[in-house]
Amino acid sequence: MRLLDFLFPERRNTAAIARDRLKIVLAHERASAQAPDFLPALQKDLLEVVGRYIEIRDDMLRVNVARAGDTSLLEINVELDGAVIKPVGNGAAPANPKPVPVAITVAKPDPTSEPPWVKPD
Amino acid sequence: MPAKIIVLTSGKGGVGKTTSAAAVAAGLAMRGHKTVVIDFDVGLRNLDLIMGCERRVVFDFINVINGDAKLNQALIRDKRNDNLYIFPTSQTRDKDALKRDGVERVLDELKDSFDYIICDSPAGIEHGAITALYFADVAVIVTNPEVSSVRDSDRIIGILASKSRRAEHNLDPVEIHLLLTRYSPDRVEKGEMLTIDDVKEILSIPLLGVVPESESVLRASNTGTPVVFDEGSPAGQAYLDAVARLLGEPRELRFLRPERRGFFRSLFGRA
Repeated sequence: MRLLDFLFPERRNTAAIARDRLKIVLAHERASAQAPDFLPALQKDLLEVVGRYIEIRDDMLRVNVARAGDTSLLEINVELDGAVIKPVGNGAAPANPKPVPVAITVAKPDPTSEPPWVKPD
Repeated sequence: MPAKIIVLTSGKGGVGKTTSAAAVAAGLAMRGHKTVVIDFDVGLRNLDLIMGCERRVVFDFINVINGDAKLNQALIRDKRNDNLYIFPTSQTRDKDALKRDGVERVLDELKDSFDYIICDSPAGIEHGAITALYFADVAVIVTNPEVSSVRDSDRIIGILASKSRRAEHNLDPVEIHLLLTRYSPDRVEKGEMLTIDDVKEILSIPLLGVVPESESVLRASNTGTPVVFDEGSPAGQAYLDAVARLLGEPRELRFLRPERRGFFRSLFGRA
């Protein structure tokens, strides 16, 4: 068999690979070409706001516009799996730079029950 | 009937836009239609070489846009076909010299005396390419069966649908056709090249023609002859078929089988 394989190597159908790669990349590019121009800026702003409260990586927040018939749906997905909640009031939350005279009480998550977002679907 | 403006565009460079523009323009002229082919590739003019009139260029497209020359001073009449005119562009200016209102004025003037105005677009998606496609009624997307060419074609199709005059003025959309060039039946059979159906399916635009990879294309450009004037050339025949389809005449696709060369033909033959 080895000799046969050597004499008649199996040609990969590279055209099929080209076709599949093109289909995937173009589906992606067509979707982003139709998206409104402000999406990247919106995503950046949202990351900043969410980032004040939760430590998340850039790739954990996704903004999309989906279309279903006549309706456009702005879809914002924030992945919280593995996210770390920042302590509020301890120099965090720069959104409100003025010192707040009232003491902020934070409802601590109950350590016995897992927060809902940790659960996989 | 007012002249139809046809743009040959592709996004990617080197796929055969100028060769195809020359061939389609010459083909339309051979069919009796008065045709002018305009080079929009300001600064990198090559249509004059492909058409074999490089030594006859005195005034150019930019001169006419700027009012430095009259249209009939710049148009070059083809010596092989009386219906065919070449409108060369400037080799020294840059693409910003293509002012949209100036281009529109020149096109309007050409519309009075021609049946078809063929626009040979530069590569890319910058000002020159956008100006070339902006006024088009028909767009011929020149594509090679190769990933980067297909992707760039998709991009240009998107631009035609959003940035052309027809799109901006909510008119009927630009009529878009696919012209697949440098197609090699041999390699398709070996599974090394995208098939016609692959490209059609991915771009989802109607097919105007398939031009096989052919040695005659280089021979034609060497001598400055549009390849349709080379009677025996498969590429020339394929372009003439595409022109016929553009005129609404159905034509079967040809030259899609790998060439089986005999022993003597492979020794002495020419493609």
